[in-house]
Order: sequence, then structure tokens, then C-alpha cells
Amino acid sequence: MSAPDLITTIGMEVHLHLATRTKMFCPCEVRYDAPPNSCVCPVCLGMPGVLPVMNGRAVELAVRMAIGLGCTIPAFAKWDRKHYYYPDLPKNYQISEYDEPLGLGGHLDVELDGETFRVGITRVHLEEDAGKLMHAEDGSNVSVVDLNRTGTPLLEVVSEPDIQSAAQARAYGEALRQLAVYLGVGHCNMQLGQMRFEPNISLKIGDGPDGSGGQPRYTPITEIKNLNSFRSVERACAFEIARHRDEFAADPAGYTLENQGKSTRGWNDDRGVSFLMRSKEEAHDYRYFPEPDLVPFVPAPEWVDKIRADMPETPSQKRYKLVTTYRLSPYEVDVLVSDPDLSDFSEEVLRNAQDSSTAAGLIMTEGLRFVNERDKPISKLFKPGDVAAVSDMIFSGEISRSVAPHVFVQLVETGKSAADIVRDENLAQTSDEGELERVVDEVIRENPGPAQDFAEGKDKAVGRLIGMAKQKTGGKANPNVVREILIRKLRG
Amino acid sequence: MGLSKREVLHVAHLGRIHLADDEVEKFADQLSTIVDYVNQLSELDTEGVEPLAHALPIHNVLRPDEPRPGLSTDQALGGAPDAADGFFRVPRVIDDGSSA
Amino acid sequence: MAILDQTACQMRDALRRRDLTAADAAEASLAAIERLDPTVAAFVATDACAVRRRAAEIDARLDAGGPVGLLAGVPVAVKDNMCTADGLPTSCGSRILDGWRAPYNAHVVERLLAADAVIVGKTNMDEFAMGSSTEHSCFGPTHNPWDTATVPGGSSGGSAAAVAARMVPLALGSDTGGSIRQPGSLCGVVGMKPTYGRVSRYGLVAFASSLDQIGPLARTVGDAALLLQAVAGHDARDSTSVNEPVPDYLAVLDEPVAPLRIGVPKEFFTEGLDPEVERLVREAIGVYERLGAKLVEIDLPHATDYAIATYYIVAPSEASSNLARYDGVHYGYRAPEHADMIDMYMRSRSEGFGDEVKRRIMLGTFALSSGYYDAYYKKALRVRRLVRRDFDEAFEKVDCIMGPTSATPAFPLGERLENPLAMYLSDLFTVGANMAAIAGISIPCGFTGAGLPVGLQILTGVFTEDRLLRISRMYERQTDWTSRRPAICEASA
Ligand SMILES: [Mg+2]
Ligand SMILES: [Zn+2]
Repeated sequence: MSAPDLITTIGMEVHLHLATRTKMFCPCEVRYDAPPNSCVCPVCLGMPGVLPVMNGRAVELAVRMAIGLGCTIPAFAKWDRKHYYYPDLPKNYQISEYDEPLGLGGHLDVELDGETFRVGITRVHLEEDAGKLMHAEDGSNVSVVDLNRTGTPLLEVVSEPDIQSAAQARAYGEALRQLAVYLGVGHCNMQLGQMRFEPNISLKIGDGPDGSGGQPRYTPITEIKNLNSFRSVERACAFEIARHRDEFAADPAGYTLENQGKSTRGWNDDRGVSFLMRSKEEAHDYRYFPEPDLVPFVPAPEWVDKIRADMPETPSQKRYKLVTTYRLSPYEVDVLVSDPDLSDFSEEVLRNAQDSSTAAGLIMTEGLRFVNERDKPISKLFKPGDVAAVSDMIFSGEISRSVAPHVFVQLVETGKSAADIVRDENLAQTSDEGELERVVDEVIRENPGPAQDFAEGKDKAVGRLIGMAKQKTGGKANPNVVREILIRKLRG
Repeated sequence: MGLSKREVLHVAHLGRIHLADDEVEKFADQLSTIVDYVNQLSELDTEGVEPLAHALPIHNVLRPDEPRPGLSTDQALGGAPDAADGFFRVPRVIDDGSSA
Repeated sequence: MAILDQTACQMRDALRRRDLTAADAAEASLAAIERLDPTVAAFVATDACAVRRRAAEIDARLDAGGPVGLLAGVPVAVKDNMCTADGLPTSCGSRILDGWRAPYNAHVVERLLAADAVIVGKTNMDEFAMGSSTEHSCFGPTHNPWDTATVPGGSSGGSAAAVAARMVPLALGSDTGGSIRQPGSLCGVVGMKPTYGRVSRYGLVAFASSLDQIGPLARTVGDAALLLQAVAGHDARDSTSVNEPVPDYLAVLDEPVAPLRIGVPKEFFTEGLDPEVERLVREAIGVYERLGAKLVEIDLPHATDYAIATYYIVAPSEASSNLARYDGVHYGYRAPEHADMIDMYMRSRSEGFGDEVKRRIMLGTFALSSGYYDAYYKKALRVRRLVRRDFDEAFEKVDCIMGPTSATPAFPLGERLENPLAMYLSDLFTVGANMAAIAGISIPCGFTGAGLPVGLQILTGVFTEDRLLRISRMYERQTDWTSRRPAICEASA
């Protein structure tokens, strides 16, 4: 009998910081660059006698994200306390939503390699972040605590175990980030720790190729805590899937969810391995109970409708529009919708350009070069009208594609319009037959070899000759006119 | 019934309270008496009775998202048993991933 | 009349007329504290210099004839679980906060300062307000001014004793299961627990968040109304504070409630009730009857024993959570010796908390812990609704409910210390109001043969403090109990 198939099932818990100015329950500013313990007040320090008050904006953004994920917004949501002792948690409980969250039952469609898969969303809820605990740098046996981050509004999105590979786990994370950024819900800057991932991995043990047949059984669930990059999500999931396979192969009867339950693991990114943090026996007893200091949240239907009506465009809506209206390739669309600023900008360029393919190509090569170099959104670097103008000039043959990099540099540096740059620098292609004939004659004289090859019918040689002609004219020679003259002179 | 010494030690640990050996027995006795008393609630039929967590029908108390100054770092750390260089200091913690 | 024999209302009027200076009022209060507090031990912290400065500043404003607050120049004491930013420590009777200075003022403290009151000091209490005798304090017990061998009740025993011994005319207390009303009763003063949400809890160090409520202790109903007027009202920093207008309590105080229907629950007159207490309470109710009130026998089947059982699940559960923050990391006491982080937590809390607090933390932790939550905590919340329902149904038939505040007068120091359950039953008649969030008051209704005061408890529905005060005043006008002074005060004046 052959070994049973093992099918990967991953559910993800994703935490992201909401794009609010202040913390969840106090008016301290949310800052990432401040000296330690300088954005704090009695409330977020958990001092005796303080009380929390909900940040209305955080609630609104959370509901917006829940709607974006297709969740239903229950008529009643409440807060609970989750208890565990840790020095970065001043009250030693976290205010969270336990059994009545503000979003339930949605889904997210994710594209990967041209295919779409759907991940069910179990729930979306709000909570407060903890502070930061670090080891002291003075070599002493001491840890130090910074509470600036304490109380930052945190949105948690919990998925169904619908993810079936490490690559899907990464794609899901990326899609969720894209949605949050599009909706203005969070900035999701990974370097700042604004987004963190916790995959729950288990393998379904099936008898047949589809894992079906009999009662489903699973390998023990492992939750990997606090991954903070897409790369580590993918690597950690891949490692863990392989580890589950090995463990199961070694002990098919014992290595099951039934026998071992759930454990918590950490991920060492340097060594590329996961390690055990907590087994089932050591699981926390969080002692959840309703937060008495906060009143329930009972959203009025009209309020929810208003948020729904004012929803910004989602990535999938944008993607659909670019594909159907401008006939771009899946790859081009992937790049252009990766970020809402870029996609809005691109849409504006495409609306004004004669040829979408030329325009998209310009944005993706010339435009994004500057975005990456200068670490600025494209809308802060270029005007869509200029990019559309450059695209049109190339499409009509007025300028050569090869002068585009220069034009883009000038757009950034001078602030002049594309038309002015082309005119002032005399960058238009030369199609003047008289002048080009003189240039072609020179090229033939100076390159007898390739000229002979072309005359004898070797088409490959023409590129070299045209290149020489462009060089002599500073890039302005219209390659089509040069080609015609060459054919006439050498083959005519 | 009441609480066994093992249960008392368990809840004491959950609540991060150290108990000396002789205290365990004392608290086990006292807590058992109290638990026996509160167990009279099991006489009551509460089938279908909605739990009352919030006594007043208030909801949706929201705050505008406007920053206000808090405490200075000195004020924040002023009452701390151990602080230096702008940080609270604690015995070294081995990360067990307890965070949110 | 000696300064401190005046009521707060009289003092306030004298101060405005400039027949009395804030400085003289403050000096009288400081002198009384110096003379009596070594015996009574009502205060845990005073700052005479700050009190004198403050009084002088208020006198200057009164002299200048400018606008002043409701309590201009009147000495007030504050229970030590309300945060005070300047000078005075806030320690809740606990070693774990001993010497801690709050960097902010509680809402009620802000309101007292805005009303130009002179805060003379912080009063003793059971540690974190857990207790009914003010014996569970790291500062030692407070003594009942009427008989210093007995307890003043608790947990606001310091505030009640300070008012009873005429060290201050007014004091703030907090009431989670009876902690204003029961010491009010045992010390022969008026103690009122307003409706939950009437007074902001911001800056009140939490014991049980869904039950805690700040209220006044005073010698007369009018003085209680005055102090409530100063501190009641909405506060955006407390999500559970109610955004309802605050009536002018003093303006309506002397309007009797007529017709008046009084509910007398048989559950409040049980076997354990002290016969002298029963006699005095029934006589007091008789006074109302003579004033034309109609007595209605009512049932509150869940409001006593079941309410206590519920209370001793709900309050410790919330307390176990609220007190988790005292861990030796961010403020307060840290044990000097510890092996590691967890050991540091456990030793700091073990050394910092007293036994009663530890008992309740363990009890609450148990009730919330995995496997017990449904049987204890959730069950208690369901019964809590039944308690609330009892009162809702009663108030459809009656305007108020009357009975004893405490089953006994003040009991000897130490008597219930080793028997936590007996101590818990001290709150038998008072916890119901906290479970139901309604307003309640204890007013003096006589003295036992041994000279110990007895209190009449009156309960009304939510946000009916004005009616509760009026009903209380009806009785007060017919009696003379408030003019009696404890023997230890006699040498004064
Ligand atoms: Mg979470
Ligand atoms: Zn804060």
C-alpha cells in the first residue's frame, strides 16, 4: 500500500497597524521614529485608575477593511480582555475582541501565476498592540521595555485554512497588504513592523489523491509566531510543510492533531529553521472576559452603508478595469496594480495615451526606475500627462524610444514638460532624407564589412548599420527611414 | 468540594502570586469555604437568561482621532523600580512569543 | 458654633459671607486631624503646607469678590484610591503602591479643585477597596470614632471616620459592594452610592470596574447633595460615564416626595439581623408612614444571598484582571530578590499584596480560568441579570426600597478578620444595588444601647439621585441624629 497523500492546509492570522494618527484607546500620537517611552500617557502605560476610550477612526478603518474582505458586519461587537503576563504589556491584559468581532465570514481572491484561488476570511477584529521588549545592549542580564508602540490600533484578519502551499501563503499576505493599502486602512510598511503574519500549518492526511476518503485526519497544527516579511512567510511555511512530512513519515500513527494538538513555534530567519516555543501542555489560559471599561459597539446600518458607499477602489476592481479597458497582459497588470498610487497614476496615463502597450512599458521601465531609486511614489515624481506625451511621441515616431530615459531624467530634474524638453533639446527624430543620406553614406564607407554582408542579403547586419547611423545623429535618426535608404543604396 | 491545594497553586501561578507552603493550605481552606458558598448559584435555573456584562445600555462611545500630549519620558519612568536611558528595565526575558 | 460643627453647606455660606476664612476652616481641620487622628487613624496622608497655601489662595479670591466654585474653601478628604497629582501619594492602602505618586488627577479630584475645595488629605481604606472593615490596609486599621475598639466599616472607613469625627465635613468614598453605605452606617454618617455612570471613574483605581462608583460621605443629606453636585457629570475619558444632565440637587432637596410608596423587602429582615438594628430601621420606616407614605411588602428573591454569591464571583474576577498591572515593572513595589522575570512577578505581588487581595485575585482567577468560566463567571452574569430584574420589577410598584444598610452595628476590630466569608456577609444588603447599578444611600437612623450608630438604607432606580436625596431629607428633618457627636470630639470646640 502506498503512503497517503498529504495536503497542505494553512490558515493565517495577520496583524496590521491601522493608519490612524492616535492610539486605539488614548490620544497619544502613533510614531515610529520617537525616542523610547516618549509617546506615552497614563492610559497606555496602564497606570492605576486609567480607562480606555475607543478611537472612532480606528473602528471606521477596521469596518472598511472588513467590508473590503466581504465580511458581514454584525449588529453588535464587544471588547474583551485577554490576560498574559509580559513586560511589554503594561496592564498584563490585551484589550481585544474575542467572541463578537466587528467582521465575520468574508473571503479574498488571490492571483498566483495567472490563477486565482480563494481564501475564506473567518473574522476581522480590532485590538491594541503591545510595546517592545529588547535585550539591553550593555551586556547585562537585563531586558528593556519601550512602550511607544503600546496601544497602537491593530487589526487582526484570521483566515480559514484554505491556503495550500508556501507560495500561496506569501501571495495571500501580499494580496491582503495590497487591499489594506488600497483601502487606506494601513500603510503596511514591513520595515516598521506595521504588518505581521502568523501561519497555522497542518497537513491533511488523505487516502486518495484528493485527500478524500474516510474521516479527515491532520498532522498537529503548528502556529509560527510573528513573521514580518513575505519572504519569511514563504520560507517558514515551506520549512514547516517539509518538517510535517518528515515527522509524519517517521510516525504516521502518532504524528496527528488528535494526539499532539497545537503547538507554537518561532522562526529563525538567519538559520532558516523553526523552533518550538510552546507545546500544547504549556498553552496559555487567557481568561477572556468582557471588558467592563468599554461599552459595546453597535453600528447603525446607515453608518455601515455610508462606509460601503465611500469605499475606495479595491485592487481587484482596478485589475479588472485595466485588463478589460486597456488590454494589458497579466504581468503588466500585476506590476501596475501593486500599489494604489502607481495604479491610479497608470490609469491616468493610459486614459490619455494613444497606445497602452507603449505607455505601460514606459511606466514599468522608466517610471519605476525612479520610484525605486528615489523611494517616492510615482505621482510625486511625474505628471501623468508628461508620460502620456512621451508615449505618444514614441508611438508616432516623433522621438525614438531610446531617448526616453533621457527625457525621464529631465522630467524629474527640470520640472519642464515633455514637449518642452523634446523641443529645447532638439530630441525629435530626424527623418530628413537629405541629411540621413549623407549619414548613411558615411556609415557605409566606414563599415564596409557589414555593408557588404547586408548587400549580400544578410538581414542581421542592418541593425549594426542603423545603430551607427543613430550614433552619428545623437539618437535622432529615424530607424525606419535609415533602413529604407540602406535598402535602396545597397540592394537597389 | 472546594479547591484542592493543587488548584490553589495553579490559580496562584496564573495570577502570579507566590505562596509559601503553609499559605497554600490556609488559602485552600478559605477559598473552599467561599467557593462552597457561591456554589449556591447552581440552584438557580438561568436557562435563557442573557448574561449582564454592562449594566447600562450605553454603546458606541468614540473618541476623535486627534493627538494630545501625554507624559514626558521622565514622568513615564518616574515611578519605575528600575529604569535607565529612557527604558524600563526588567530581568532578562527569554522570548516565548507571548506578544499580541 | 465651632467651625467643624457646621455643616458643609453652612461653612460654604459663611465663607461666601466672609464670616469664615478658608484659612480658619483649614486650620480647624488640620488641628482636628492632629488631635484625633492618632486615635482614629482615618488619614494616610496630609500635607499641611499645601493645605495652607491652597486655603490662602482661595481666601484671596473670595476677598476679591471674584467668581468661585461650589465648594470654595470647604475642607474635603479623598479616599486613597483616587489619583492626586500634586504632592499627595495614591496608594490604595497597599504596599504595592506605597509612596507612588500619580502623574495625573482623577476626574473627581479635578472637579473638587475646579469647585475650589481644599483637599486636606487622603483617607485610609481596605487594600484596593477589598474589605468591609478598613482593617486590610498596609497602614493599619482605622478606628470607629463612636467606639475606637470597633471597626468603622469599609472599605471607605477612613472617609467615613474622618467625617464622623468631624475632622472634615465632606469626604469622597467609593462603593463597589457597599463600601460607602456600610461605613456610613457604622460611623453614623450619610453615605451615598450614585447610579453607576453618574460620576466618572477616571482616576479611581479600579477594583471591580463594572461595579465601582464614587460617592459622597457627609454628616447631612444636604452636604451629601452638595458634594455629589460638585463631582457628578459626564466625562469623555470614562466610556461608562453617562451623558445625562445633572439636576440641581440642592434646589429640590426640601421638596418631599408625595405620595411615597416604600418597598420593604422581606429578604432584608432575615434571621441574622441584629434586633436593635431591626427595631431602629422599622422605627425609621414608621416615621415615613406617619408622613403619609404607603408601605408595600415586596420580594427581591435574588438581591441578598444570591447577590452576594454573584458579587464574590464578578468582583474578584474583574479585580484579578484590574490588579494584574501591579507587577513590579512600570511602577510600584518590586521584590528585591528574584531568580528571573516570572519569579520577580510572583515575589513582588506576593510581598506587595495583603492576604485579602491575594484571596480575591485567586478567587477571580479561578472563576475566569479555563473549564470554570461558564460555571462561575458566566453563571454569575446571568444571575446578575436576575438581580437587576428584581429591582426593575420592584420599582414598577414602589418609589424606593428601604431596609437596614448593615445587619449589625460596628463590630469589634479583628472579629471577622480570620473568617473571610463572615466579612463578605457584611455586604449582604448593599451589594444588590451595585449588581443592579442603581442609586442607594445610608442615612443615620439612631443608636444602639451601646451608643453605636445604625443606618437606614434607601434604594431608588437608576439616575434618581434627586429623588433619593429628597426622600432621605424627609426623614432627616424629623430627627436629630446628625447633631450627635462621638465622645472623642467632645473635648474640641
Ligand atoms: Mg491577536
Ligand atoms: Zn497613551
